[in-house]
Amino acid sequence: MNWHTIGPTERVTHAGGMKMGTNVPGSRCSTQRMYQEEVIMNKSVFFGALTVAGLAAVAASAGTLDDVKARGKLNCGVSTGLVGFAAPDASGRWAGFDVTICRAVAAAVLGDQDAVEFVPTTGKTRFTALASGEVDLLARNTTWTLSRDVDLKFTFIGVNYYDGQGFMAPKALGISSAKELDGATVCIQTGTTTELNLADFFRANNISYEPVPIETNAEAQQQYLAGACDVFTTDASGLAATRAAFESPGDHVLLPEIISKEPLGPLVRHGDNEWGDIVRWTLNALISAEELGITSANLAELSAGTNNPEVNRILGSEGNMGEMLGLDAAWAARAIAVGGNYAEVFETNIGENTPIGLSRGLNALWTDGGLIYSPPFR
Amino acid sequence: MTTLTDPPQESFRLSMLLYDSRYRSMTIQVIVMILFMLGAAWLINNVIINFADAGKTFSFGFLGQSADYDISQRLIEYSSVSTHGRAAVVGVLNTLLVAVMGCIAATVIGVFVGILRLSNNWIVSRLAAVYVESLRNVPVLLWIVLTMAIVAEALPTPIMFRGGEATMSLFDTVVVSNRGIFIPRLVPSSYGLLLIPVIIASLFGLRLLGKRANRIQEKTGNRPSTLLASIGIVVVPAVVVFFGLSAISSNNQQVFVTSGVGEIGSVSDLAESEKRISYCHASGSAASLNGLRHLEELGITFKRKNYFNISAAETALATGKCGLMATSQSGSEQVVQRVSSQVKDGVIVSSFAGEFTEGRAMEIEFPVVTQKGIAKFEGGTHLRNSLIALWLALSLYTAAFIAEIVRAGILAVSHGQTEAANALGLRSGKTLRLVVLPQAMRVIFPPLISQYLNLTKNSSLAIAVGYMDVTGTLGGITLNQTGREMETLLLLMAVYLVISLTVSTAMNAYNERTKLKER
Ligand SMILES: N[C@@H](CCC(=O)N[C@@H](CS)C(=O)NCC(=O)O)C(=O)O
Repeated sequence: MNWHTIGPTERVTHAGGMKMGTNVPGSRCSTQRMYQEEVIMNKSVFFGALTVAGLAAVAASAGTLDDVKARGKLNCGVSTGLVGFAAPDASGRWAGFDVTICRAVAAAVLGDQDAVEFVPTTGKTRFTALASGEVDLLARNTTWTLSRDVDLKFTFIGVNYYDGQGFMAPKALGISSAKELDGATVCIQTGTTTELNLADFFRANNISYEPVPIETNAEAQQQYLAGACDVFTTDASGLAATRAAFESPGDHVLLPEIISKEPLGPLVRHGDNEWGDIVRWTLNALISAEELGITSANLAELSAGTNNPEVNRILGSEGNMGEMLGLDAAWAARAIAVGGNYAEVFETNIGENTPIGLSRGLNALWTDGGLIYSPPFR
Repeated sequence: MTTLTDPPQESFRLSMLLYDSRYRSMTIQVIVMILFMLGAAWLINNVIINFADAGKTFSFGFLGQSADYDISQRLIEYSSVSTHGRAAVVGVLNTLLVAVMGCIAATVIGVFVGILRLSNNWIVSRLAAVYVESLRNVPVLLWIVLTMAIVAEALPTPIMFRGGEATMSLFDTVVVSNRGIFIPRLVPSSYGLLLIPVIIASLFGLRLLGKRANRIQEKTGNRPSTLLASIGIVVVPAVVVFFGLSAISSNNQQVFVTSGVGEIGSVSDLAESEKRISYCHASGSAASLNGLRHLEELGITFKRKNYFNISAAETALATGKCGLMATSQSGSEQVVQRVSSQVKDGVIVSSFAGEFTEGRAMEIEFPVVTQKGIAKFEGGTHLRNSLIALWLALSLYTAAFIAEIVRAGILAVSHGQTEAANALGLRSGKTLRLVVLPQAMRVIFPPLISQYLNLTKNSSLAIAVGYMDVTGTLGGITLNQTGREMETLLLLMAVYLVISLTVSTAMNAYNERTKLKER
């Protein structure tokens, strides 16, 4: 009976049938897709809570590294589809900036960058998915905040993209600043920091707005293009990625205001520091690789040994870093082999030569005036 | 003679628990109970262990913390500084609103279609059948999403209304746009509410009139015509009272209250002293509405800030979010006092006569499109397209089921009843209304209750169109921002359980009263 009180059976019974639409590129805006995401969300939250109540008592405490190795697959939570960050490409293979983190960890731990089960999560389901153990790692444009860290009990292992929240508006709306948004209808993705920042921004500026909460980016995009809202707000990188998928991106402007700090990074559950360390140092390896000039082109050559001790320590020809992490010596070399160093990953997925066209900005290396910085491999 | 002896007094043995039918059922019940308790204990224990493992506590304390998010449709005052608990209440009210609207619409459509399906007219009955089959065989979520897509994509945007590409409907009183439907809103003056008891008394009078007609009909066989008298009973008192009250309220002078740095004597003073007047508009307040109209008449440019009610507007005035509000003369002193008690040092709150009155006993506020800034609609009652989509989809969908129930109910009434009614000379409409439907109701009612419950529970699909029902607030954003899955989901279940049980208790009580009394 209780089933009925939280959701009618339709959602559950039709889930199997609708699943077939998953990951078909280009179908992201279709109603079917929305329907199916609804299913994902409801199942995930409900089963998440069930797992807390049910069998999970044993699973929770075991080492994630052992679990992943035993399973032979890394379960990685990504977004439901945000071109450049995480989206299935034309052949249905997941690709993107966040996806590369998942693949790099899989390569480091399992030696196979394709040994990843990508779990699409919405802004709302992602934390339940991670907390309940459905995914081992969440790489989904997630902002590092105090409450997520402390109260939701997740460990952010670093920042892979320094971002901030922006607004996108049709040129026809004729506004040039977010301060002119009084009375605007705003599409927001629910379950995000976005909706909280938005409330703060409008309150601080004493202007009113009408929020339209939306589950996924694809739906938000559809509603925005249909004119059901005046503006769309999310992380500036997400706006760029969303706009890149429009038929005529030139008809839309990003307003100059950035109203928040959104350090985006991968996260894991509290309580398994060994696993957190592996993910953290995988990301650091990609960053250090850029700093030290290790690229996918010279990786094989440098792996044989160089006269730079830190390069040797990263690539495993010197020292026992891999062993300390519970991995083998070539772990970092495999992680870098997936998509190259941080700069290469950035450029191929979201850089200036891609349709998304983001410049490095804050995400340049610290040596180039940016914020991207890795602690030393020592 | 045989002597009856008592059966030998058997002493109780343990095996009797199983083999003696007197005890067996008891034994089974006890065992099932123990198993159930063990299962529950195991689950609860697991929850406790898992919570401890994750370092989480079980607490409803988050309900008192500030929610930090906004909700568009709110039936009670709410803002992002309100608590999660209040957000949950806003959600519950939204759930109830769409459920009640849905049940009413579904019943009307369902009964109508159900009767049409039995029509002798082939086309009509076929059409009704197509309606029923197509609606009930597609998941309701798809209907909801589809309705929303149609509403959002097909209707004109606000900017089109400004440019004249789209016009308002029904003699410029109703806006049908992709932001929803805006209908005129009745704003009673401080006396206007007296109209309500008058109207209630009129309805009471109508009933008495009907009873009298019944009495006469039973005595003489002729039913006196009640049409004229009915109209008189409803219209005359309302009109008389309306004009009487309007005479009073249109003499009731109104004043403006301002907060700022200096004393202000008139609106034009204010217009000179400040760059841009921002007007605190309390929705539903006649004083506010008339003040607004007065400013418009004077041709003063001002910015309109909308607040949920008078006290919210007063707070906004005190905190400097807006600078001018209208109120009635008699109450103005208290308003000045209340606002002054909230302002910062150095801010002066003063009032001055506004040269406008409270107007008619009942004013009508029409929606208009704003001419400056982002195009949107102001005034009137806003039915958001999320509400409309959800309401339409839920009612059309549930109506298909109700239609079937109604059809079954009518078919369950023996055909002899219809024939008997026809033999008495009743026309088919009256036969249906007076003979068939009252009997069919008894069959229709119990399954109808469960359709109402279904509709209420299906309303939890609201988030698909961004309608903030309790699943969207408590079970959505609150759950997500606080990470309290267990607590929010338990609360959510409790909410739906209470709603469902209340509905079914009430409906069952009604059913009990109306069902055939068998002796
Ligand atoms: N950084 C914010 C927002 C994250 C977010 O939801 N981003 C959007 C757009 S940048 C997204 O990834 N959407 C993809 C999807 O809907 O699956 C947070 O962590 O709360």
